[in-house]
Amino acid sequence: MAKKPEKPNEPETTGHSWDGIEEYNNPLPRWWLWTFYATIVWGVIYTIAYPAWPLVNRATAGIMGFSTRAEVARDIQTFADANAAIEAKLAAADLATVAADPELQSFARNAGAAVFKTNCSQCHGSGAAGAKGYPNLLDDDWLWGGDIESIAFTVRHGVRNETGDSRFSQMPAFGEILSEEEIAQAAAYVQKLSGQDHDAALAATGETVFIDNCSACHTEAGTGDRAQGAPNLTDAIWLYGGDHATLIESITKARFGVMPAWGQRLSDAEVNAVAAYVHQLGGGE
Amino acid sequence: MAILDRHKILEKNATLLLVFSFLVVTIGGIVEIAPLFYLENTIEDVEGVRPYSPLELTGRDIYIREGCYVCHSQMIRPMRDEVERYGHYSLAAESMYDHPFQWGSKRTGPDLARVGGRYSDEWHVDHLTDPQSVVPESVMPKYGFLSQRLIEPKYTADLMSTHRIVGVPYTDEMIEAAAADFEAQADPDSDWEAMVERYPGAQVRNFDGQPGISEMDALIAYMQMLGTLVDFSTFTPDASR
Repeated sequence: MAKKPEKPNEPETTGHSWDGIEEYNNPLPRWWLWTFYATIVWGVIYTIAYPAWPLVNRATAGIMGFSTRAEVARDIQTFADANAAIEAKLAAADLATVAADPELQSFARNAGAAVFKTNCSQCHGSGAAGAKGYPNLLDDDWLWGGDIESIAFTVRHGVRNETGDSRFSQMPAFGEILSEEEIAQAAAYVQKLSGQDHDAALAATGETVFIDNCSACHTEAGTGDRAQGAPNLTDAIWLYGGDHATLIESITKARFGVMPAWGQRLSDAEVNAVAAYVHQLGGGE
Repeated sequence: MAILDRHKILEKNATLLLVFSFLVVTIGGIVEIAPLFYLENTIEDVEGVRPYSPLELTGRDIYIREGCYVCHSQMIRPMRDEVERYGHYSLAAESMYDHPFQWGSKRTGPDLARVGGRYSDEWHVDHLTDPQSVVPESVMPKYGFLSQRLIEPKYTADLMSTHRIVGVPYTDEMIEAAAADFEAQADPDSDWEAMVERYPGAQVRNFDGQPGISEMDALIAYMQMLGTLVDFSTFTPDASR
């Protein structure tokens, strides 16, 4: 095939000729050729070392014994082992004393921040400032208690979810119990309680409505009852809004905020860590 | 070099070259794809995985229609950071009744493979209606219109029959009861026991809190069951797979 050169010093040609154009038959660069052979050898070694060839029931396992699942399990285990001692300490710790132990407190705060950003921020906000219907965790107004034990309990068991031991209370939908007029009166009275501008005449009649219907949970003074998750109505902090229209909506339909029981997804150490994190955000008691 | 001379025949006949190229690619394809259909370790046997209930299946169609998969994957990869954030890595069996699967290829939003039970129904309603009201930094569009669009199980049985053609084991009984099951799942006051028996672990609630069954109900019913079927407290995956 190859044609000898006609002139000395000229490379061979392939012997092909298209319209008088000929092609030199230069060898492939040696470095390229050897790299190419090396990749073939590498490919063969790789399929022997790692899982590769499909057989009857499963693929060859490879002599290195590599498995993605085993690798991720080992990776997780490495970090679990590294943190095991302090996590065990945190899981068993008396939460009230965590703040006194600088090492534990520092671990809990950082681990808790990670747990919070992964699991809690979608409702309570990445800065924990909450949103309408999702409590702000930075202030000192707590529905179910703001000491670290209460926070840990709320995280672990959640609120009004389908597990048996979650925090639970249910405000009746007063739209089915009171008339629209009475609801408007009660709303005006609640505005008065919280020191807002209000319709004085409505609020005066609303006091009776409030005492008869609301005080069992929110107390006669309207300061709420943490045992029942009944919010304090005398401050300026509102979960759903404190204006007249929103109050009427809240009283008419009632609210039923739900929080999952995080104890089912998080370890004891993680629950305690996130409780410690939330507790030190500003409002902890 | 007799073989090179014969190769010349291929090089000189475009049609023959095409036929033989196709043959070579076919062999490659068979080696790569065909074993997945018979290897026992492709899809391991996992307890708890069941076909979608009629309402969930409808919700899944809405998920696909709205293109949720463009921004949300449903595949937790076996890596520590993913497992720590989203939960146990996904198993092939968990999407064995997905036609088409929703693994996705891009995460603008988070992975949803185990979003079930992570948030309350009310959160989902708030978040779908106005994502920024709960996650201010989110770039997700608003889907509040879903709660205004009431739906009926008119084509649900047909949808299930279609899924049966591609291998989802819906029984005749399931398909006959499609419309009833569809309505039962969104109404806690109905007789939903038979539905839950057919679809173990199905959650029965008025998902969007509004009267009537809306697209919002179906979508939330679907999302609240995602990744919840396998009980990882009792299931230990075979590490060698």
